[in-house]
Amino acid sequence: MAGHAKASGDANTSGHGGHHVVPVRVYLGVFAALLVLTALTTAAAFRDLGPFNNVVALGIAVLKATLVVLFFMHVKYSTRLTGLVIAAALCWMVILVALTLGDYWARGWLGVAGR
Amino acid sequence: MSAAPTETGSEPRTHYLNDGYGIKSWLLTTDHKRIAILYLISITVFFALGGLMAVLIRLELATPEGDLFQPDMYNRLFTMHGIFMIFFFLIPGVPAVLGNFFIPIMVGARDLAFPRLNLLSWYIFNIGGIFAFWAMMHGGIDTGWTFYTPYSTTYASTHVLPTALGIFIAGFSSILTGLNFVVTVHRMRAPGLTWFRLPLFVWAMYATSLIIILGTPVVAVTILLVGAERLFGVGIFDPALGGDPLLFQHLFWFYSHPAVYIMVLPSMGVVSEIVPAFARRKIFGYRFIAYSSIALAVLGFLVWGHHMFVAGMSIYAATIFSILSMLVAVPSAIKVFNWTATLYKGAVSWETPMLYALGFIGLFTIGGLTGVMLATLGIDLHVHDTYFIVAHFHYIMVGGAIMGYLGGLHYWWPKITGKLYSRFWSRISAGVIFIGFNVTFLPQFILGYLGMPRRYHSYPPEFQVLNVMSSAGATILGVGYVIPLVYFIWSMRYGKQASSNPWGAVGLEWETTSPPPTHNFETQPVVSRGPYEYPPPKEAPVVA
Amino acid sequence: MSPDGHATAVHGGGAHAAAAHAGHFDSAEQQRESASLGMWVFLVTELMFFGGLFLAYIVYRSAWPEAFGAASHHLDVRLGTFNTIVLIGSSLTMALAVRSAQLGRRQAVVIFLVLTMILGATFLGVKAYEYHHKAVEHLLPGHGFQFEGADPRHASMFFCLYFAMTGLHALHMIVGLGILTVMLIMGARGRFSAAYYNPIECSGLYWHFVDIIWIFLFPLLYLLERHG
Repeated sequence: MAGHAKASGDANTSGHGGHHVVPVRVYLGVFAALLVLTALTTAAAFRDLGPFNNVVALGIAVLKATLVVLFFMHVKYSTRLTGLVIAAALCWMVILVALTLGDYWARGWLGVAGR
Repeated sequence: MSAAPTETGSEPRTHYLNDGYGIKSWLLTTDHKRIAILYLISITVFFALGGLMAVLIRLELATPEGDLFQPDMYNRLFTMHGIFMIFFFLIPGVPAVLGNFFIPIMVGARDLAFPRLNLLSWYIFNIGGIFAFWAMMHGGIDTGWTFYTPYSTTYASTHVLPTALGIFIAGFSSILTGLNFVVTVHRMRAPGLTWFRLPLFVWAMYATSLIIILGTPVVAVTILLVGAERLFGVGIFDPALGGDPLLFQHLFWFYSHPAVYIMVLPSMGVVSEIVPAFARRKIFGYRFIAYSSIALAVLGFLVWGHHMFVAGMSIYAATIFSILSMLVAVPSAIKVFNWTATLYKGAVSWETPMLYALGFIGLFTIGGLTGVMLATLGIDLHVHDTYFIVAHFHYIMVGGAIMGYLGGLHYWWPKITGKLYSRFWSRISAGVIFIGFNVTFLPQFILGYLGMPRRYHSYPPEFQVLNVMSSAGATILGVGYVIPLVYFIWSMRYGKQASSNPWGAVGLEWETTSPPPTHNFETQPVVSRGPYEYPPPKEAPVVA
Repeated sequence: MSPDGHATAVHGGGAHAAAAHAGHFDSAEQQRESASLGMWVFLVTELMFFGGLFLAYIVYRSAWPEAFGAASHHLDVRLGTFNTIVLIGSSLTMALAVRSAQLGRRQAVVIFLVLTMILGATFLGVKAYEYHHKAVEHLLPGHGFQFEGADPRHASMFFCLYFAMTGLHALHMIVGLGILTVMLIMGARGRFSAAYYNPIECSGLYWHFVDIIWIFLFPLLYLLERHG
């Protein structure tokens, strides 16, 4: 995606009154990349990649989501505050999932029922 | 920041209260100050409802036998008491009333960022309340305010769905308020008002809003899943169908533990305003108090497992949660120490708001320290689900949150209404509430330690003395709550006109008139220094 | 500013620039930034809302991977992939609609919004077909649930979560279509310009967010454990 990022970089000046209009070719490029990634993840799902099945499926999903957030949702051209808001949301998702899974993960360790 | 030019004359002038009369000018208002008043009325009604249940509970517990109510009825009483008090009084309490009124003024803005959203959230709140009220009138709900599965799913025989729906809806109101506050604090600050010139009340409300935004949606989806389980007979939390009831508790407490900080953080913000104002000293450790609010908001999300120590969670996870829970004591203690340090060598005056603030510091400290005891795994296993817990969280929620709320109401009442209340009666009532509260809940610590479990309508006769003490205290407390209601209403009609700064305090809210004009300030304030510059410069020359 | 640190009052309360913005804002720029921040904060709450469901999914999937794998074989990957492409396409047209609004191209706004809505409706149509199919196969969790696998109890849990997650997602799509209808009317009346396009920008953020949720639902529900 480096090419697209670069292409949009020089478009920064074309904004109206301080905000940013992204060139169409960036949007089309992102769209194409999303299609490719969708094809890739679907194809990968039918191969047995051993322990990497989940990693590949979720890794591609994260990549796709990142593309949408950065370009379609203009975060690449937004203030740092927007990034902070997103980071906080992700951080809290991690707290929710990690601390809960910690309990499930360690549930049987003691070998005593209910502990 | 001080002394923007304010009028002192008594000629009639337009302010937010006389800027339009009639029911429509209130119900369709987008003025944050009027919406705050609307919230004040709503939550006072819910507080009265919750208080009524508390009276009935304490009546039943005056005798060891279950002679006043059937066990079923008693279950419903304590459940509805918890639901009204927590979801419809404490959580909206300080934010929706005092926050709504004062955040825009304190940041020097004309209104919140989204005024219509603000009004909408009041309507949503009341719709939620109506659902809960409907459920109460049609037999109530007996699961406990925590809605634990399977009480709320497999074995539910009461109005779980309408009540849950009511809380779900009220949650949206809470989210919208939090969202409004965050955007307002970020985007609406007056020129020169940097983050570290913000009053600590705004910092506390900002931290509260973060908790609301990050936590409330999780409990909302949990309620939806409980509803789905009830409606469609699916088993997300039902072990018989492959679910895990503990998952409900994880999801529920992910919100509901931080919700405790939604209740108490705003009150901490209020205390941070009152203490310097009546000690005539610049607040000690401003940045520490500001950061500790944010720290509480973050740490509050890491400790929810301590509600589940005996529920069958992994002992290893419990150990982690236990240690993390103790960490919460650090930012809490930072606040208490800094308030105390502010008092040191201050010219302390015993005005009513100060009495409440000091009450808060003392009671919150007791509540907080017993919280550290409860964070300890061994002690928690011993006193879990006893009156020790009940006493602990009432010291935080009533001794902390409500003392702060009342303190703030007394501190800002002259600003809100433009009228002074009775100094004598307000100080009496602060004392009555403090005494009544302690007589009610100190015995409960002992009862719990001796092993009296919570949520039972009868108990062994040897516990009667302490229970009677508690019920007597509740009576005193109830009287204490009625007195302010009387003199506040009295003051609105007969109270003396308040000047724009009756306490001689600093802060943008004291630089505008009492009550404030519709757009808060006659001229856009510009801030050039930090908050709490006490003592305020003697009759500061007005710069025009 | 006076040297003793007192606030000075500058004129500004009532005087606004000519640009269109609500009275309690100082400028259109402030209003735009507030709206955008507000929308992002709202999306945070939406993420946490779905977060609870994702957590439930992760907990149960890791507890019974075989049952969940077997159950996910009853979903149609082709339809899932098709819907993914449809939704990505709708995100593209949505982004282009916002861009047209930024440039004040009224007709293009209308065209792209209509395209977005058609794609969104297509997604919902396919989803409805899938739901119908599941009902026919007795895969609706509850009393009528039938599953001839090793572990029907936990396969039922998979479908519980499948319906909860995709149902909530579809509900967001329906709300999104409602919002886009309003945007369409505003756009057709020429309400958007380079100086004012907050509403359509925020609607776009919402639409893309719903797309992102699907980007995760698709592999989680349709693709994991699909091989073999």
